[in-house]
Amino acid sequence: MTNVGDVAEEGALNLLRDEGAVDALLHSIYERRHYDFRRYARASLRRRLSLAMLEFRCESLHGLQAKVLTDDRAFAALVRTLTVPVSEMFRDPPFFRAFREQVVPELRTYPSLKLWVAGCSSGEEVYSLAIVLAEEGLLDRSLIYATDINEDSLARARTGVYSIDRMKLFSDNYFKAGGKESLSRYYTAAYAGAALARSLTANVLFSDHSLATDSVFSEVEVVTCRNVMIYFDRSLQDRVLGLFAEALPRRGFLGLGSKETVLFSSHATTFSELTVREKWFRRC
Amino acid sequence: MLNRGTSDRAAAVVIGGSAGAIQGLLHLLPGLRATSALPIVIVVHLPPRSPSLLTELFSERCALPVREPCDKEPVTSGIWFAPPDYHLLIEKDRTFSLSLDEPDLHSRPSIDALFESAADCYGKTLLGIVLTGASRDGARGVRTICDLGGECFTLAPDGSDDLCTMPRAAVEQGATPVSLADLGDLLRLAADMHPRGRTAVEKYS
Repeated sequence: MTNVGDVAEEGALNLLRDEGAVDALLHSIYERRHYDFRRYARASLRRRLSLAMLEFRCESLHGLQAKVLTDDRAFAALVRTLTVPVSEMFRDPPFFRAFREQVVPELRTYPSLKLWVAGCSSGEEVYSLAIVLAEEGLLDRSLIYATDINEDSLARARTGVYSIDRMKLFSDNYFKAGGKESLSRYYTAAYAGAALARSLTANVLFSDHSLATDSVFSEVEVVTCRNVMIYFDRSLQDRVLGLFAEALPRRGFLGLGSKETVLFSSHATTFSELTVREKWFRRC
Repeated sequence: MLNRGTSDRAAAVVIGGSAGAIQGLLHLLPGLRATSALPIVIVVHLPPRSPSLLTELFSERCALPVREPCDKEPVTSGIWFAPPDYHLLIEKDRTFSLSLDEPDLHSRPSIDALFESAADCYGKTLLGIVLTGASRDGARGVRTICDLGGECFTLAPDGSDDLCTMPRAAVEQGATPVSLADLGDLLRLAADMHPRGRTAVEKYS
């Protein structure tokens, strides 16, 4: 017995084999809504569009197109679905341990610092980096640019309130990442939420920025962009790495997700590996 | 008697399993020859937060290279395991892509996500294999592979226990049930019919 949800999704996935219809949808979203998903990695984009069709009860991509071009709330929901705001504090603890042990000592020699968290989603990574910088005595002279294209995510990132249920996981990650205190020092628990300390974001600029269409806005010493480019195709990944190459000075640091690399891009020789497993790279 | 439709012209093999799947893989993979250029891409459900030991476990036992792919890595010969806590998909340009989308049927990586994307990419030349497990993950993927002209096999369900949920669901959607020994023969044949230096796959490497 196959359940109804499966059948519906199967139907949607079948319809999505029509690449022309996918192209038409993405093109119209770009023209009318100015969001550019045309160079997103197709295999997972197709899955997410099929989920959106279920969510909006649309039986065809054409129906979905009509809906999101006329209904602002549906369009906002589609952006949420397509930009997958999933994150956690100190995700992949070894990455943050490597930041503390191998990147920070060098950053300490700079009089002032700029960091760019590209695709910051709901902000978990921004707070994680801010905590490490605070513990290493660098937060006061740091400016962090936290950017995303998803307005809802940015609003959540600014608020810095996360479900209390997640704090156990975040605390475990924090310790594995070499945390020096108790994570609870950095948040206030109230009802079901944990509010991160405002002092952590005193030097953070949250702003709307599209890696697909916008350009570099500042020189920075550190860029982190983790599990964002996995949703992009090769050409868009090349564009984004090009932005980072432009934003970073020689010897600047780039941090990627645990299964990402510059090796298969056109910038393979623009960056060199600083740590192999933890995915820290340096601008050559 | 085995149907040798896809197995002797397979351009890629996808395998999925959950509980009990590692024992199955220990039977299937070590015998494959290093001369094969066939990509074999595998999803095994594992706890999300533990680093996968699968590559170590199988590297020691297999002649073929055993790896976890990075995002955008070309799908070349050898054995590839989905990294824990990511969905693994194959793009039409025959590169891997990863995603952190929500779990599908409670699983990330999802067998369906791999099978469906691989079916879109390889069509008639895809061979799918479903091992054991207590979920229905893989069944939707089997249907897609069969619909697009590929072929699927699963372990013949030999009892009523939970581990047969996965093969039984796969059979309902079009997979042919066979014994583990037959599955081993089939995979070896597919691998041997796809020797290095003969196909287009390598041009992506």
